[in-house]
Amino acid sequence: MHELSIVMGIVKIAEDETAKVKENAVAKIELEIGQLAGVELDALNFVWESAVKDSVLEHALKTIIEIPGKAICADCDREFYLNNIFDSCPNCNSNFKGIIQGKELRVKSLEVI
Amino acid sequence: MCGTCGCGSDTNGPTILKPGEHNHSHDVHHHNHDGHTHSHEHHTHEDHTHAHNHSHNHKHKVLEIEQDILQNNQVLAARNRGYFEAKNIFALNLVSSPGSGKTSILERTLSDLKNEIPFYVIEGDQQTLNDANRIDVLNIPVIQINTGKGCHLESDIVYEAVKKLEIKNNSILMIENVGNLVCPSMFDLGESKRVVIISTTEGDDKPIKYPDMFHTSDICIINKIDLLPYLNTDIEKLKGYALQVNPKLQFFEVSATTGEGMEAWYNWLKENI
Ligand SMILES: Nc1nc2c(ncn2[C@@H]2O[C@H](COP(=O)(O)OP(=O)(O)OP(=O)(O)O)[C@@H](O)[C@H]2O)c(=O)[nH]1
Ligand SMILES: [Mg+2]
Ligand SMILES: [Zn+2]
Ligand SMILES: [Zn+2]
Ligand SMILES: [Zn+2]
Ligand SMILES: [Zn+2]
Repeated sequence: MHELSIVMGIVKIAEDETAKVKENAVAKIELEIGQLAGVELDALNFVWESAVKDSVLEHALKTIIEIPGKAICADCDREFYLNNIFDSCPNCNSNFKGIIQGKELRVKSLEVI
Repeated sequence: MCGTCGCGSDTNGPTILKPGEHNHSHDVHHHNHDGHTHSHEHHTHEDHTHAHNHSHNHKHKVLEIEQDILQNNQVLAARNRGYFEAKNIFALNLVSSPGSGKTSILERTLSDLKNEIPFYVIEGDQQTLNDANRIDVLNIPVIQINTGKGCHLESDIVYEAVKKLEIKNNSILMIENVGNLVCPSMFDLGESKRVVIISTTEGDDKPIKYPDMFHTSDICIINKIDLLPYLNTDIEKLKGYALQVNPKLQFFEVSATTGEGMEAWYNWLKENI
């Protein structure tokens, strides 16, 4: 359950950023989570409530923007979408590729009050 | 609640111990991660109401911060990596399912090479000093990290353990992560190389069932090859799956029990120091 560590990382960022602008709470938070980032959204949602308790995020409305996985083939340069980190190139079948999208794990924005 | 350990209270937090130390030595209880909010005094009911009344006079401000959630771990991992490079310490992060043979591989490796190479070990387990004690009897400096409910090591606690170990230059640091093939994959510890261990009893398709760990590793040790005559395991198929996930993976096939195949692994270690 590393999702708990992830949520605690989000809480730290929210606490720090809210303090920087001298506000007290977060009304809305937008997260960007890549589909290849290794985070189970069900697990994240499951731990969220207890993890944000007594923090600036306690009453925040959370939006998760999922980012699909994308790679570029190292052998034929084809860009392709992937569901699994081990999907091979649909054009030449190579397993050599660079992931160019889908590993994101970011706090995109905070609406503070 | 503590983000590193996932503990409900500090008594469940990660601890670092040397064999022989007391289990409850609070001075070494790790609490460097300033992120977690044990500061309930800031959240009295009065303050709360006050904040809410005020909020209606405020304009809502949107902060577009685009900040990486694992940034804290990555910054501290980079600090570890810089330390290792400066002192020419070859640091390995050993990851596997519980029971694949991480500690057994360490025991044999350290016994066979300790006269040639200075070794240091950090053991990560949720509970007990058992693994550290197995290393300690070999007279190798070792620190045990107990993660409590936490299921993986993070770079901040490894930093604390490294400080405590006082590692000499030109040595090898073995970091045995918590037995778990999922969670540790996301947490860079600052290691020079990541080594995933899979044993022959775990099934050929493990690499595509748990792809992240194989994707982020540099080396794959296939352990318990002494058991192959009794199993239907197809090692070539296992390697094929692992290479599909990570075409750059380098393999060693070993038995920690019989010592078979260990020589190639030793040679690789010696080349890297
Ligand atoms: N037959 C056989 N058994 C092995 C081998 N290596 C380890 N074992 C056995 O596998 C069991 C687990 O080994 P450990 O070395 O404790 O495994 P580990 O990965 O350190 O386990 P955790 O730290 O609990 O995750 C023990 O009973 C070992 O004796 C091997 O090469 N062959
Ligand atoms: Mg072990
Ligand atoms: Zn996890
Ligand atoms: Zn291709
Ligand atoms: Zn704690
Ligand atoms: Zn974990």
